[in-house]
Amino acid sequence: MTVLLMQLFATFFVIGLFTFGGGGAMLSLIQGEVVTAHGWISDAMFTDIVAISQTTPGPIGINCATYVGYEVLASYGKLAGILGSAVATFALVLPSFIVFYLLVRLLQRYSSHPVYESAMSALKPAVAGLIGAAALLLTFRTGWDGWQLQISVLTDNFPDWKAWALGAAALIASLRFRVNPIILILCGAVAGLLIW
Amino acid sequence: MIPVVCAEMKRRGWIDGDKLEEIVVLAQSAPGLLAVNMAIYTGRRLRGFKGSLAASFGAVLPSFIIILLIAMFFTGFRENEIVRRIFQGVRPVAVALILVPAVNMARRSCKNIVGVLIALASLLCVAFLKVSPVWVILVTICCSVSLALIRQKR
Repeated sequence: MTVLLMQLFATFFVIGLFTFGGGGAMLSLIQGEVVTAHGWISDAMFTDIVAISQTTPGPIGINCATYVGYEVLASYGKLAGILGSAVATFALVLPSFIVFYLLVRLLQRYSSHPVYESAMSALKPAVAGLIGAAALLLTFRTGWDGWQLQISVLTDNFPDWKAWALGAAALIASLRFRVNPIILILCGAVAGLLIW
Repeated sequence: MIPVVCAEMKRRGWIDGDKLEEIVVLAQSAPGLLAVNMAIYTGRRLRGFKGSLAASFGAVLPSFIIILLIAMFFTGFRENEIVRRIFQGVRPVAVALILVPAVNMARRSCKNIVGVLIALASLLCVAFLKVSPVWVILVTICCSVSLALIRQKR
């Protein structure tokens, strides 16, 4: 368990250090490290955690990290779960604290420097791609069979056409009509009760 | 969350109105989450290290407690039939809601061919080649910084 806690700390420290561009970017990093690299939680569980993080108050990145920390250690009991979530959350915030507390003067002086600005403007589309990949990986399972690309639908999240319709409706409602995400999630919950 | 933070900072007179925007931009261009970075900055300005510690602790604690309670409660109910049906409906919506910021960010940042190529490369690397997003960020920073440095030397 100690090893797992240390791995959890290191993982979330790295996630905190490389998060540029807000909660969405952080989700992509958490998915990459926790689901893809370590396999600590399943795609379906991660989707549930994201949904809960979107519905509860507070920064989505913190919510997600706290939840994942609990889930990873929960097999060792409730107390271990609490410890896991504390470690994950602390490790997530620590790099911010180190960088922003110690280097704030340096940042203030150089943040309008052309080199810094060039890095920031290159990061924006990269992060957009990362978040797109996060959504894609929660919709399809991808893999390689030699040189042959294998793509199949992630049936935990999209079991049938009704799920596709629900997802498409939510996408349009949010992009086109700017419906509040919490309302959309609640609609999804009601729809789930009625449909499945 | 950002409007709430800004309004509260102004109301309490912790950061001047015209400086606030600069701090928000700064907090966005440093690693980590905006709300936490704002807390660290404000705390440091008012009370130094201890203030910074207290503010960031305060920024995280409500989330931490609420999520912990949900996590402890939900683990016991995951197998429940009704909970299972609720989350079956919630999942497609949650995935769509992840896609929304990606679309919005792509609209804002992919204004030229370079932006489009960076976004596509990052998407393909993570979704199909299983490259860790950490590497994508690291390589993007390294490439753009070295390109900018080379351009400056000329």
